[in-house]
Amino acid sequence: MFGLDNKDTRMLLVVAVLTLCAPFILNPFPTDSAMAQFNAGYPDLMQRFVIFGIFAIGFNILFGLTGYLSFGHAAFLGVGSYSAVWMFKLLSMNVIPAILLAVVISGLFALLIGFVSLRRSGIYFSILTLAFAQMSFNLAYSVLTPITNGETGLQLTLDDPRILGVSATADGSIPVTSLFGLEMRSTFEMVVGPWAFQFNAGYYLAAFILLAAFYLSIRIFRSPFGMMLRAVKSNQQRMNYTGLNTKPYTLAAFVISGMYAGLAGGLMASMDPLAGAERMQWTASGEVVLMTILGGAGTLIGPVLGAGFIKYFENIFSKINDNVLHGWFSFMPDGLENFVVFVIHPFIGKGWHLTLGILFMLVVVFLPGGLVEGGQRIAKWVKGRKNKDDATPATKTPAE
Amino acid sequence: MSKSAFSRRGVLKSGALAGTGLALPTIFTASSAAAFTNDPTGSSVTLGFNVPQTGPYADEGADELRAYQLAVEHLNGGGDGGMMNTFSSKELQGNGILGKKVEFVTGDTQTKSDAARASAKSMIEKDGAVMITGGSSSGVAIAVQGLCQEAGVIFMAGLTHSNDTTGKDKKANGFRHFFNGYMSGAALAPVLKNLYGTDRNAYHLTADYTWGWTQEESIAAATEALGWNTVNKVRTPLAATDFSSYIAPVLNSGADVLVLNHYGGNMVNSLTNAVQFGLREKVVNGKNFEIVVPLYSRLMAKGAGANVKGIHGSTNWHWSLQDEGSQAFVRSFGTKYGFPPSQAAHTVYCQTLLYADAVQRAGSFNPCAVVEALEDYEFDGLGNGKTLYRGEDHQCFKDVLVVRGKENPTSEFDLLEVVEVTPAAQVTYPADHPMFAGGALGSCNSGA
Repeated sequence: MFGLDNKDTRMLLVVAVLTLCAPFILNPFPTDSAMAQFNAGYPDLMQRFVIFGIFAIGFNILFGLTGYLSFGHAAFLGVGSYSAVWMFKLLSMNVIPAILLAVVISGLFALLIGFVSLRRSGIYFSILTLAFAQMSFNLAYSVLTPITNGETGLQLTLDDPRILGVSATADGSIPVTSLFGLEMRSTFEMVVGPWAFQFNAGYYLAAFILLAAFYLSIRIFRSPFGMMLRAVKSNQQRMNYTGLNTKPYTLAAFVISGMYAGLAGGLMASMDPLAGAERMQWTASGEVVLMTILGGAGTLIGPVLGAGFIKYFENIFSKINDNVLHGWFSFMPDGLENFVVFVIHPFIGKGWHLTLGILFMLVVVFLPGGLVEGGQRIAKWVKGRKNKDDATPATKTPAE
Repeated sequence: MSKSAFSRRGVLKSGALAGTGLALPTIFTASSAAAFTNDPTGSSVTLGFNVPQTGPYADEGADELRAYQLAVEHLNGGGDGGMMNTFSSKELQGNGILGKKVEFVTGDTQTKSDAARASAKSMIEKDGAVMITGGSSSGVAIAVQGLCQEAGVIFMAGLTHSNDTTGKDKKANGFRHFFNGYMSGAALAPVLKNLYGTDRNAYHLTADYTWGWTQEESIAAATEALGWNTVNKVRTPLAATDFSSYIAPVLNSGADVLVLNHYGGNMVNSLTNAVQFGLREKVVNGKNFEIVVPLYSRLMAKGAGANVKGIHGSTNWHWSLQDEGSQAFVRSFGTKYGFPPSQAAHTVYCQTLLYADAVQRAGSFNPCAVVEALEDYEFDGLGNGKTLYRGEDHQCFKDVLVVRGKENPTSEFDLLEVVEVTPAAQVTYPADHPMFAGGALGSCNSGA
C-alpha cells in the first residue's frame, strides 16, 4: 500500500491505530480512581506526544541515517514557533499558513546553518550546531527582543494587526487558532461509565500530520537517497575516495530534518500560540537526542516512542506530590506509610529528572538499541517459545 | 439464501453498536451542563499550584508550596487559621470554599514558559483546576496568565515583580498581589535621598531580560527625579555567574552608586563580586561609594551572607513586621515548618485567601463573578496594611517596605531590618502611566 512493502505498511497501520485511538489508550483508568494520576489522555499531553514525535522523527533522519549528531536542533523548533506566531499576529488565525511559513523559514535557516556546520564532521559538527543553537537562543532571549519578545516569549495581544481576521473578538478576547473555523482547542468529551475520553481537534490535526511525516520518513528510509545517507554513516571517507560528493546528500538530510523540526515548532504554536526562547536552549536540543537514543536511533518508530516516554515522565511524574503518595498508601499503618512515602519522595515531583535518568541509564546499558530493541527481544522471546513448541516434536521424530 | 443472519455473533455486534448509540446523548448533556471551565460539581474544588521546583528559583518555589499547603489547611478548617482570623473579610468559615473541600494539585514550572504552560494546561484539562496560581519569574507568570485567560480560569500571580505583568501584558483573568518595579523605585527614592543626597552618579548593572529592563527604567526614572545622574546602564546575561568584568569598569566610570538590577543567584554573585573589588570602601567625588539592590529578599540575603550588611533595597513583606496579620502568619508558618516564611510565601498565601474570599463573596466559582468580586476590592489584615485591588489593571496597592541588610544579625533568618514603610499613596501611579501602557485587560473569560 502507498508504495510500501508489507512490513512497512503494517508498521504505518500500527502507528495510525495508536495515534487515532490515543484518547482511549492513554486513559485506561476511570476518572475518579486513584490510578487516574497516570492517565495521559488529555489534549495538551497528547498533542505534545505527537508533536515531539514529529520532531524526533525528523532528527532521526539526520542522526539515524547519516550519523551526524546535531546538538542544535531545538533552534529550528524555535524558529518554526516564532514564524508561526508571527503569522498568527499578522496574517490570520488559520493554522495552515502558519505551519507552512514555519516549515519554509526553518528550512532556510537549516540550509544556512547546515552549509556552515557540514564543513566538518564528527564532534566538530556537533559543537558547531550547538554553538549556532546557543547563539540563536541568546539572540532570541535579549538582542532580538523586538521580534521575539525576549524572556517573556512572543504572545498574541489584543491589538495585533491581523490582515485576514479580527484583532479581537466581539466579546473583547483574543481569537483562537483554527483550521478554517474548526477551533484547535475544541474538545469533544465522551463519557462512558466512569471513564471520560477527550477528543481534541488540535490533537487530531497534529496526529494526521504525524502520520504524513511518518510515511514520508519511511519513504526516505527505503529510497536510494536513504541508502546514500546510510553509506555516509558507515564510511564517508570511502565514498569520497570513489569520487562521490557527499555534501549535497548530508545537506539535504540536514535541511529535511530542520524542516521537520520547524513543522513541529509550527504545530506547537498552533496548539498554543506562544513562542519562548527557552524552546531553543541547548537542553531542548539535548532532549531530542535523548528521545531518539532512548527509543532507538536509526529505527523508524523508536524516536516516536522515545518522545512519548520522556514527555510522559515530564508531565505525569512531576505532578505526583507527597499528598498524592499519602493518599495511595493510606491503607498502611502510619509509621510504615511515612517510611514508604519518604523512600519514594526523591523520585517523584521535582525528582522526575532522577527517575528519568535512572531509566535512561538502564535502557542504554541493557537495551543499547533503545525501546525498540526491548520490543524486538520480547517478540523474539515469544516467537522462540512458539518455535520451541513447534520444534520439539520435530526434533523428537528423528530420534524415534 | 434465506438463511437468517441472526447468528449469536451478529446479535452481539449489533447490540454493542446500539449501546454506543445510546451512550451518545449523555456526551452532549455532559458537555453542555458546565456553565464555565471546570465548574466544580462534586464536594470538593481543585486549585492548581504551579511553582518552580527545579531550576534557579527552586528555593522560592519550595517556600511558595509550603505556604500554599498552609493556606489550604486553613481554608479547610485545620491549623490555627493563620491570617484568616485577622483578614478584614469574615466570609471564610474554615469549611472550604462555598462549603466545598479545597484540594490541590502541584506542578513544576522549571522557570520556563513552555514547561509552565504545559503544567498549567494539564491542571486545567486533566485535574479540573478552577484557579491556577504561582510563578517565581515574570516571564513565566505572564505566559501562564495568558494561558489562563484563554482557558477561562482565574490566575493569581505569585512572585512576579516586572511592570509588564499588570502593565502591557495584563489580562482580565489575572491578578497580582506582589508589588512591582515602579513601586520599588517610588519607595526607595525618598530613602536614598535622605541617605545619599541629591547629587549622585548612578551606574546600573541589569539582568538582560524583561524584568531587569522594567526595573532599571523604574529606578532610573525615580532617581533622576531626585537630581541623580545616570552614568551608564550595562546589561548582563541572565546566565552569568561571574560579574568581575562588569564591575571593573564601574571603578573608572566616575559613578558613586551602583544599582544592581539582579535577582536570586545573579544578585548574590554580582554583589559578592562588587564587595570583593572593594567598591564599598571606595570614596568617589568626595562621597562614600554605595550599592543599592532594588528588589531584596531574605533568601537572597542569606545567599550573599555578610556582604548585604548596610545595603538598601525594597521588599513586599518581611516576617519581622509587628502587625497582627503578619504575626499570625509567621506563627502558624513557623509552627508547621520551623522557620519564618519568605516574602514569596507570604504573597501566595494572601493570593489563595483572597481568591477563596472572592469566591465566597461572589457565591460562585465562575471566573467572571470572581473578577467582579476582586476588582476595586479593599481589604486589610493580610500583613501589608490597607490594600486595594485596583480594577483598571488588577494590581494590589499597598505599603512597600524599604529594608537594609542588618549589621548584627541575631539568627540565620534575621538578616534584614525594615528601615521605612512607604505608604501606599506614595507608590500609587495612574493606570495609564507610560511604564505600564500598551496593553489591555480585555474582558473576563469564563470558558463558556
